[in-house]
Amino acid sequence: MNRPRIGWWFAGIGLMAGAALVMAQFIDGVDVGATATAQATPSPETLDKGRYLIQAGNCMACHTARGGVPMSGGRAIETPFGSVYSSNLTPDPATGIGLWNAQHFWRAMHHGRSRDGRLLVPAFPYNHTTLITREDSDAMFAWLIHQPAVVTSTPAHTLQWPVGTQAALAVWRTLYFKPGIFKPDAGRDAEWNRGAYLVQGLGHCAACHGPRNALGASGAVDDLSGGWLSGVNWTAPSLIDNAQTGLVDTPLQDIQTLLQTGKSGHHHTSGPMGEVVRYSTQFLKPADLQAMAVYLKSKARKTQNNSEPTTPLATRSVLPDVQTRGAALYDKHCAQCHGEEGLGVADAYPALAGHRAVLQIDTTNLVQTVLYGGYPPATAGNPKPYGMPPYILTLDDKDIAALLTHLRTQWGNHAPEVTPLEVNRIRASQGG
Amino acid sequence: MFSIARILTLGLQFLTLTAFFSTASGHAKSFEDSMAERTRACTACHGDQGRAGPDGYYPRLAGKPAGYLYNQLQNFAQGRRHYGLMTRLVDPLSDAYLREIATYFSELKLPYPAATQSATRMPPAVLKRGQVLALQGDASRRVPACTQCHGERLTGLQPHVPGLLGLPLDYLNAQLGAWQTHQRQALAPDCMAQMVERLNSSDLIAVATWLSTQSLPQDTSPTVTLPARGAVALPVCGSAPELKTAP
Repeated sequence: MNRPRIGWWFAGIGLMAGAALVMAQFIDGVDVGATATAQATPSPETLDKGRYLIQAGNCMACHTARGGVPMSGGRAIETPFGSVYSSNLTPDPATGIGLWNAQHFWRAMHHGRSRDGRLLVPAFPYNHTTLITREDSDAMFAWLIHQPAVVTSTPAHTLQWPVGTQAALAVWRTLYFKPGIFKPDAGRDAEWNRGAYLVQGLGHCAACHGPRNALGASGAVDDLSGGWLSGVNWTAPSLIDNAQTGLVDTPLQDIQTLLQTGKSGHHHTSGPMGEVVRYSTQFLKPADLQAMAVYLKSKARKTQNNSEPTTPLATRSVLPDVQTRGAALYDKHCAQCHGEEGLGVADAYPALAGHRAVLQIDTTNLVQTVLYGGYPPATAGNPKPYGMPPYILTLDDKDIAALLTHLRTQWGNHAPEVTPLEVNRIRASQGG
Repeated sequence: MFSIARILTLGLQFLTLTAFFSTASGHAKSFEDSMAERTRACTACHGDQGRAGPDGYYPRLAGKPAGYLYNQLQNFAQGRRHYGLMTRLVDPLSDAYLREIATYFSELKLPYPAATQSATRMPPAVLKRGQVLALQGDASRRVPACTQCHGERLTGLQPHVPGLLGLPLDYLNAQLGAWQTHQRQALAPDCMAQMVERLNSSDLIAVATWLSTQSLPQDTSPTVTLPARGAVALPVCGSAPELKTAP
């Protein structure tokens, strides 16, 4: 008889418990009272280590505006909820981290909170950086605080209300964020664990290579099942599904080479991953790259239901005039470098016959490549890469669709037809 | 009559040729490890060997001073010039490689085409005003002659100042207009921005028009030494330190 009243009681208790959890977001138990003067002068080794870890985290890519001083922030990070502007990590007291101490920095990395305790926007991937050790955090801070100070005027975030508010962030964190330290897997060796630490922590690979939900939250830090970069419209392929990135079949050395030089045989990095190689992984020690490769390879699986169609999609479904158009365009624009049989040139132009990037179900990256062309990153291991011209002004949507359909159905390739709509979706979404 | 050795040789030649063709057919045509090969992404728009695109928008690269070309690549990378396709191309490349690309194009010596515009089709008053600005400047507006910085022959000054001849009128107008609206900038202090600010739009159109009607001189190479000092002091240019050493 008292059912409704009991229901209200439960709802009330639930609400209070929820509110307590949300309020708890503002408590982290970190004593930030230690003053800046207490910081001892770090050893050269510590500074070196700090710089290296900052590179491993690719901090510079986001914390540097176009044409700006490295680490001085101000780059707009586009999110589905508006733009987030990265902060100034140089030691300017007013606009940077000049008044921070190592405790503050640790709290930011581990708890996602600013010097004044504000909850930080999770465009800063603190769900990953929370895993790093205190020692690593201190080394990174030591390096940052010893760089030249830069005064900046970083624009305020333009997030739509209420997304960027402290209350919304507190709720979001209750749902999706839990501070934690990396726990080594006792069943694995040191190399695997080092790789896991780098991939899950500073490397924050899953921030792109993992899915995000409608509230912008990533999955687990080790969920590498592929993701979509909404701000720039690229796909980060699954590192687990062998049909997408082939990690099961790729030798360790080749994975390491790709991360170190930006290319390996007929495969190279482009788009956002090119940026990761250019500013981060090319500087990592071979042992660390190998550890990451070992870890990534251990995650990869061959699945039955993979995206590589097992039954050949015969060209019969492609209209004859699309076939003719695609073949003529290929001959005119592509064959010069990629070869009439799509075999490419090793170390310069990728083979298109059997190339995984050509055969992906999701054609986002393929369309990006033809529209905008581009170079792989210039690295110490590949200092003078070969490039591809943009075709956005030369070929229309129907042309590019026919051309890509040609690539996907020739030389033993069997992937579905590309429609002009798929091309237009990318063309229309980019500023140019 | 054939000896066995002769038959074997012919057979080997045949086999070699067959192998050659079967390899060549599937691969890229005429690949070479060269800068020409590496800059295909550039020449697709800027024309073979960087001789300029067919539509007047993509300027010539060949023979421009290396420092100027390098500065432009840097301007795109650092957001002082805005063209999305250029920015995306240069973003992944290192400073050292950009410098090598700039040097490569600067060393290509190609004949220039005739003047892009016929003078007979332009209003004489506009041409006259343009010529005065280009060769004498306008002291009342503190604008030196174009020749003071861009070389007596207007073929540029080594290593950072570009030549102004052989460029389409549309391109020249677009660049001066971009400076007016701050869409095109150079390293601070941006001397070209100051010059453009001191001139009005009709002056800018006049000088662009006159420049586009001029044929190149016999010697098309950029000048090495600055012309004698003119009536107006040269501005300080962040992009071209050599101008500071003006006599």
